[in-house]
Order: sequence, then C-alpha cells, then structure tokens
Amino acid sequence: MTEQATSLPLFPALASRLMQPLPLFPLRLAAQKVVDSLAARHPGLFARLGDQASKTFLLDPTDLPFAFILRPRPDKPAIDVVKRGEAVAWEAHIAGPFAALLGMLHGTMDGDALFFSRDIIIEGDTEAVLALRNALDDAEIDLLGEITASLGPLGPWLEKPLRSLTPVAERLTGVALTRARAEPSDA
Amino acid sequence: MLELVCPAGTPAALRTAVDAGAHAIYCGFADETNARNFPGLNFSRDELKSGIAHAQARGARVLVAINTFPRAGEPGLWHRAIDDAARLGAHAVILADIGLLAYAAEKHPALRRHLSVQAAASNADAINFYVHEFGVKRVVLPRVLSVEEIATINRDISCETEVFVFGGLCVMAEGRCSLSSYATGKSPNMNGACSPASHVVYKQEGDGLAARLGDFTIQRVGKGEAAPYPTLCKGCFSAGDYEGHVFEDPVSLDAAQLIPRLAEAGVTALKIEGRQRSRAYTEAVVRAFRAAVDAHARGLPIPAGVLQNLTEGQRSTAGAYKKSWR
Amino acid sequence: MKLTLGPLLGHWQPQAWADFYARVADEADVDRVVLGEVVCSKRLPFIADLMAPAMERLSRAGKQVVLASLALVTLPRERALCADVAAATEGLVEVNDPTLLHYLERGRAFTVGPLVNVYNEGTLAYLAARGAETVCLPPELPLAAITALAAAKVTDIEVWGFGRVPLAISGRCYHARVHGLHKDSCQFVCGEDPDGLPVETLDHESFLAVNGVQTLSFTAACVLQEVDALKQAGVARLRLSPQQTDMVAVAKIFRERIKGSLAAAAAVRQLQALVPDMPLANGFMVGRFGAERITV
Repeated sequence: MTEQATSLPLFPALASRLMQPLPLFPLRLAAQKVVDSLAARHPGLFARLGDQASKTFLLDPTDLPFAFILRPRPDKPAIDVVKRGEAVAWEAHIAGPFAALLGMLHGTMDGDALFFSRDIIIEGDTEAVLALRNALDDAEIDLLGEITASLGPLGPWLEKPLRSLTPVAERLTGVALTRARAEPSDA
Repeated sequence: MLELVCPAGTPAALRTAVDAGAHAIYCGFADETNARNFPGLNFSRDELKSGIAHAQARGARVLVAINTFPRAGEPGLWHRAIDDAARLGAHAVILADIGLLAYAAEKHPALRRHLSVQAAASNADAINFYVHEFGVKRVVLPRVLSVEEIATINRDISCETEVFVFGGLCVMAEGRCSLSSYATGKSPNMNGACSPASHVVYKQEGDGLAARLGDFTIQRVGKGEAAPYPTLCKGCFSAGDYEGHVFEDPVSLDAAQLIPRLAEAGVTALKIEGRQRSRAYTEAVVRAFRAAVDAHARGLPIPAGVLQNLTEGQRSTAGAYKKSWR
Repeated sequence: MKLTLGPLLGHWQPQAWADFYARVADEADVDRVVLGEVVCSKRLPFIADLMAPAMERLSRAGKQVVLASLALVTLPRERALCADVAAATEGLVEVNDPTLLHYLERGRAFTVGPLVNVYNEGTLAYLAARGAETVCLPPELPLAAITALAAAKVTDIEVWGFGRVPLAISGRCYHARVHGLHKDSCQFVCGEDPDGLPVETLDHESFLAVNGVQTLSFTAACVLQEVDALKQAGVARLRLSPQQTDMVAVAKIFRERIKGSLAAAAAVRQLQALVPDMPLANGFMVGRFGAERITV
C-alpha cells in the first residue's frame, strides 16, 4: 500500500523550493487581510467555534515552505505565516498537502476521509481541530471570493477574469480553487 | 418510493443534502439534547428555522433528533428542545427517552414522534409498546438486526420502520452502551457524544499513529494503514490468545446493495449516518443513495459502490443485516 | 438500606449455578435475590430445570425472589420467553428491556433492572405509574442524579453496589468472535470465563471483560465509600452482582458498612481482598470516568 490512498496533487517541489527564500512579510499582510475580510463576511464562523476560538492552530500545508498560525478570536482573528521548521507554539495541528487543505476549505473533500486515508495528520487538541473543521465547513468559504473581497474596490474588477481562469487551473492542478457550491448560501 | 433520510450537522450540510436529493433531513440543536453533540456542530433555533424553510420550499422534511436522556433534576433543556422543534415546524421529533416521549405525547400530540435508534427497540413487542403508549409513528431500528428479522418485525407492527444504510456502525445495541463513559466520563446517553473529541489524542509515533481515549490506548496503526475513528468499539485490544479488533473492525456500514431486500422487508425509510461529517460527504453519499433509491423505484439494479473513500478504515460491511456478522 | 443480589451475568456451569444459589439461600444475608438469564437466551436450557428448585429454596430461606428477563430481545423465541416470564410467575419480575412491559398488565408490580434507561424523573414517573416498585438505576449515573431520582419518591431506588459493570450489549457474540466462531455455533465458550474474559489495551492495561454478547468493565464497581451519602439520599437498596468469589462474605461486608459497624476504609480493604484480581472503582458514582479506581 502506498502512503497516500487517494492520489492528491502535490505542489511541485521545484516551485516550493523557489518560494523558500521569499520574504514572508507580504504574505503575512495578505493573509491577515483575507482573515479580516472573512471575519467581516462570516461572523457565524467564529460564533460556531465557541470556546475553541481561544485555541492556537497550526495549519500546515506540507508541500509548501511555510505554514499558518491561526488565532481565531471572534473580536480580532489573527493569522501569521511562519517558515517550515521554525519553532512555534500551537495547541492544534492540522497538516497535509495544500490541495487537501484547500479541498476541505472548499467543501470538495471530506476531512474524515482524508484522515482515514492518512492524507492529513492531526495532533494536539482534537476537539479544537473538529470545531474548526465543522465551522469552516458550514461557512461555505470560497477563497477566491474572499481574496477578491479583501482587495477592496479593486476586487470586483479582478474577480471575473480570475473566475474564468479557475476551471482551467483546477483541471490542470487537480486542486479545488473555489467552493463546491457556486450559488451563495441563502441561510 | 423509499424515503431517504439524510444527516445535517450544519445549515450548509442541510442545504447540501436537500440539493443532493434528500427526502428528509435530520439534525439537532447545539447542546446535549442530541447524540451528535460535537464541537462546532449543530443548529441554533434561528438556524433550524431557516433550515426548515429552505427544506420545505424544496419539498423536503426536517426531523429534529432529541435523542439523549435528560439529566435528572434538569429536564428543562430537553423539554424546551421539543417545544421549539414543534414551534419551528419540524416534521417530527426523534426521541429515545420514555419520559420525553410521554412529555411530547402530552404537550404536543400533533407533533409526529419517531423512536430513535438510541431506544434500541429490537423486536415487535418493544416497538408495539412504544406505539401503544406514546403514539410513535416510526421506529429507527437498531443495527443488531438481520434483514429477515426486520421483515418479521414489520409483519407484527403498525408503525413505519427506518433503517441505517450507510455510515458509522454501532456494534452495540444503541443507547445501551456506556463504554465511552467508562473510559472518559462523558456519556453518549447523557452528554451526546461517543468517544468525545475532548478526550481523544492522536500521537505520531515515527511513521505510525496512535489514538488514545482518556487513559487508554485504543488503536495503533503502522505506516500506510488506514486510520480509524477513535471509537472504543473499533479499537485494537487483546483478549485471551486473540489480538486485534475484539469488537468490530474499523469499517463502515454500506447496505446499498441490500436496498431491494430492505424494501421487500417492508422498510419505509433509509437512513444515512454522519451528522459529524463534512458537506462533501453529505453531497457524495446522499447523491449516490438517491440514485440507488430512484433506480430501485424504476426496477433497475442498484449502481455499484462508489463511496469507498468515505468509509471508516476505507472498508465497508453489511453489518448485522447478514447473519454471519454475529 | 436493603441488599439485593443481582442475577449471575456470566455463564456458570449448571452445578456451580445450583451450588451458588443453595449457599446464598442458606447463608447469604441479602433481602432479595434476582435470578434468571439476562444476557443470552442460548444459555437458558442449562438452567431451565434448576430455576424452580432454586427459587423455592431461596423463598423458604426468607429471601424475596425476583425473576429476571432478557436484556436484548430479537428472536421470536426470546419474545415468547418474555411472555412466559410475564405469565408464569406470581412473584415479582425484573424488566430488563421494554419488551417485557408489553406483556405486563397495567398495575402489576414489577422491578426494573439496571439495563433499562432510567435517567430522569419523567421516565421514573411513567414506570411507577405502570407498577414499578423498585428501579435499579443505570450504573453510570452519578450521585447527583441518583439523589434527584430518589427525591422523587415514586419507587424504591436501587443502586449498583458491587461487581463488574455491564457496559454494553450487542447482537454479536464477542466470546465467539475471539475464539474464531460465530454466535450460532458458539460452543458456549463463554462458560470458560464465568466472570468474563479480560480485555487488555495495546499497552497491556486491563480494561474490559467480554461476557458473550455483553461487555463488562474490568474493574468492579464498589460504593462502600458512598454508603452514607446514598442512605442520606434515600436510596433503598444496593445491588451486589455475583462474581466468582465468596458472595456471602461480600454481602456481610456491605451489611456491616450499612449498619455502621465497619468503617469505609476497612470495608474497601476487606472487599478488595476478596477480589484481588478486580480493582475496585467508583468513578461513575463520583461523576468521573467509570474506570477510575477507588482511593482509600
């Protein structure tokens, strides 16, 4: 049996290596902007976390040279970007190929199934991991939409051309770049 | 046509299930009143109200599971859950506790009452008891019965039956298991969670993975082996000369191929387990089973299984429906 | 506070079964004896002819006798057995599954065993109205819940006082499974382990015990330290579940603790000496995890 029961696309090692020396500062800024926008657009996401919102999560795309530290405090959610191998404190750790993490975020992949197949690894506070997984699943996040929303007035101008490219990019990479359900949720 | 009853742990999953072809969706409130009281899961009153409106607009029904056993001295939380389910227009409540059945029958006689699998009514006499005493309209059968036994039961009862066809498999009579409570102090019957995440720790051991529940190591798998749910009854133990899965292998139930026989046995509804799973699971499983139910209604063969990846341990079983399981 | 001797949960050989109840009748200081097969209907033929003489001997010795019914009823012959239990006996019967309620006439007095889910006042009130005179509560209930239920004062409340705790019951036979057999051709391998077959974790820690289709705790529950609190709560009875030890001595320890002539710590030490291989636990009673052991 191979290590991965499902064949998830991996981020190309060469590309990952080329990204290693890049400064993290711009990425940090961008990530925080997206999280701020998320918090504004999905207030229910943080309410759903309940007590678990006080935990610190290490979100670890194993095929990228960096990882994310998420502190999903309802009043001021924060995200940080750290280099792979850098010592950081966390309470809950979710690790797996970037494609798996994006697939979970976009509702195209089932977190339990990825866990059964050992494609993702979880460590630490299992309750916190479950809460975050369930809250994100309910929020029906579309990362592309969140990114364009975080760009402010420029966003809508960029969204359409980006969306027209994603089906091609998804076919090429096998990665879910947008949410599974296209229509907005009507609560 | 057989009715397909589908799980929703979140409002998003409810909408996904409706879109994927569910005839009915079951869900619960975000507290100890239901048997999937997991972190980040379940519905507020407002969310249930919107969910019911969404489902009704598309011809689907919403069933509310209030299937734990109220704590002595504090029945208010459970009574309010029934009152609110009735007020918000739930099609039925799914109950297990005798006291709650009596409460619902008295206070909300018009609200349909289903007997939860957590009541483990495993024969026609027990079912008739609940029908006569509390006006139960449907019983969810425990997963300890064979198809033949289900057929026998249906001949001797006057209410509808609902059976599980996919998902996590309890090997013990449901609602009669305190294994989890013994290991963690959190009781499935009282707190609504089996093998609660708060007491589960996964530990990477080199290439291997160990799962601990409370103070007990219940599973250890090597490199490349499928990881199981950390449920006690799927754990690895030793007993006498035997070492392995003493109670049950880490498998999920998949009874898709038994749909024609279950229909012949007089079953009204098919139930999918998994309120704790993602909407990706809901989408895939509901769509596959709706196709299977439609195929059966048209007299066509049931499509072959496509859901292997979503099963625990990536393996499936027909469970107790086949007598050899015992 | 009275003492009830619960039914034998393990599959004891017929001679051992008969000897056990003969000694209980003659020597054990218990008020009530519940007997009959609860766990597996396949075991019934072994004791069918022994039941009536045992019940008669116990009655003659001044013990109140209660006939137990099956906990998990699926087969037609098991339903028929429930009908027989309801019809054949004049004395008290113990309901271990709602199946039996279907057969009991309204108003007929009965007792309720620990395998019926009585968690709250609503369920207790229903059962009392149907004729329940004693309810043995589920062993996982903590003292707070027991206190609330006893305060309802609608039936006598009985509490699991001693013995391996029944934790689960299944359609599948685990004794057969670990011996590579199926339930239908089990060869009664459960008879080899009258107290259950111990189940260890991968770290070789004793954890559970398999008793046919039933799963028991490895530890033996013991409420000797909580006797005063239970008395104060108004609990009417303690249930002693038979293990392969001197149950006459077990009953004596509990009786003396109830009377107050034996201190809790000494009582626990004496009881542990009677079951050296079964650690005593009170986790359920104190509202923690059931396997948590007694600290003296």
